[in-house]
Amino acid sequence: MRVVVDFDLCESNAVCMGIAPEVFEVRDDDFLYILNETPPEDLRPKIEEAVRRCPKQAISIED
Amino acid sequence: MFGTVAIVGGSLSGLTCAQTLRDEGFDGSLFVIDAEDSTAYDRPPLSKQVLAGEWDAERAHLPGTTADLGITWMLGHPAIGVDLADRFLKLGNGEMVGFDGLVIASGAAPRVLPGMGELDGVRVLRTLDDCLAIRSALDGGATRVVIVGAGFIGAEVASTCRQRGCEVVVLEALDVPLERAIGAEMGMLIADIHREHGVDVRLGTGVDGFEHGGDRHVTGVRLSDGSAVPADLVVVGIGVVPQTAWLEGSGLTVDDGVVVDEQLRAAPGVVAIGDIARWPSRRYGRLLRVEHWENAIQMGEHAARSLLREDDGGEGAEPYDPIPWFWSDQYDFKLQLAGHAGADDQFEIVCGSTEERRFVGLYGRAGRLVGVLGMNRPRHVMQLRQKLVDGASYDEAVAFGRAL
Ligand SMILES: Cc1cc2nc3c(=O)[nH]c(=O)nc-3n(C[C@H](O)[C@H](O)[C@H](O)COP(=O)(O)OP(=O)(O)OC[C@H]3O[C@@H](n4cnc5c(N)ncnc54)[C@H](O)[C@@H]3O)c2cc1C
Ligand code: SF4
Repeated sequence: MRVVVDFDLCESNAVCMGIAPEVFEVRDDDFLYILNETPPEDLRPKIEEAVRRCPKQAISIED
Repeated sequence: MFGTVAIVGGSLSGLTCAQTLRDEGFDGSLFVIDAEDSTAYDRPPLSKQVLAGEWDAERAHLPGTTADLGITWMLGHPAIGVDLADRFLKLGNGEMVGFDGLVIASGAAPRVLPGMGELDGVRVLRTLDDCLAIRSALDGGATRVVIVGAGFIGAEVASTCRQRGCEVVVLEALDVPLERAIGAEMGMLIADIHREHGVDVRLGTGVDGFEHGGDRHVTGVRLSDGSAVPADLVVVGIGVVPQTAWLEGSGLTVDDGVVVDEQLRAAPGVVAIGDIARWPSRRYGRLLRVEHWENAIQMGEHAARSLLREDDGGEGAEPYDPIPWFWSDQYDFKLQLAGHAGADDQFEIVCGSTEERRFVGLYGRAGRLVGVLGMNRPRHVMQLRQKLVDGASYDEAVAFGRAL
């Protein structure tokens, strides 16, 4: 699984960080960083939740 | 399993529920009934990017896709009644739709002012059509915009119109805007920011009616003190009311929304979700009804599972008890509120400052942390939100916030 964020859409509201801090981090510079682009399978439910909750629909999963 | 589930309201909460029903293996018939002809759009951009003209209407589509959900769409006619004993819905065009499970997702609609319906140039903002009508008035040269109501929708429209170069007057009946949502201090800060951006914010100002020319196009707003404010366009944002009229006589408990239990059930086999639903929050010890985007999604997911579980006779699920979360974008600031704030709560800024327009403040009630408000501080809002999850005391949360 590969986590992809469309940074043109992302507005750094950190919703994804609230759901999966292992993978998403908004830093003090207000940019979103992906800590692990190919996270382990057991994080899939959390990442799918982040995909659904991202208000900008900026996150996708590529298998 | 249920043979048929009917969903009344095919917008954010209703379609999330449809998606989750299918994801959880529901393979019966799924009817989605909506009064509107097209529901596949998301509302937050309607006061922001679409109104600004930055986005085409098509970009404001709803998350997910409903293409392969096997939905029977019944669009363009409202549900006007429901019989829970014989289990069928009545639609505005006379059609009947039978169901085993029912999802009530008909949302909320804007309050209106007397007389505005007969005039051109006086609008509310809830639907895509509302948004496009306001946008085309702006494109057509409306430059003097009056906004009635300084709630979040009014404030966002004010910001967008200001950024489009209009002269903007905001009329608010209360002395402090947004006090019930974020408290007096933060409400006044928002008013100040609008003033800095050149908006004429008039608090404690009641509206008495509208003035218009022979063509019935609005020319001004009459105030309770007898004076008038000239206007080419008026946007009324004085709150919404849950769309419960069609449930009258159904036997369901309707009291500022449909009252549900911790599993979002309004009656056996009937759930209510989104802006219309009032649920007993364990976290806050009271019934809550919130008009937030994320809540509509979370309720749609939770209700789908509770409907299917009830059908299976299973019990023992987690109660619905999320931390409410809301955002608003105005000018160059993004406001985020996690939790539930009130006018009487303690409030303290713990990092950043209001002068920088970059801070986080915490709300406390009876010694507990109840809300986190951030302006342009998404990272810290999320970190402090965890303190809400943990049920932290107010003092502990303040100390944690100061150390960030
Ligand atoms: C302009 C605007 C900006 C917003 N911005 C934000 C924001 O920045 N952040 C945030 O958190 N939230 C925001 N919101 C709130 C968010 O969009 C709502 O909370 C969300 O849309 C609620 O979804 P819902 O499915 O409960 O109801 P709705 O979206 O109201 O959908 C209800 C549906 O039911 C249909 N319906 C109503 N009555 C009937 C009937 N009798 N029969 C059949 N169909 C019926 C309606 O046509 C509608 O399609 C905004 C809302 C608006 C209007
Ligand atoms: S939730 Fe979406 S918009 Fe928000 S930070 Fe994550 S990717 Fe960006």
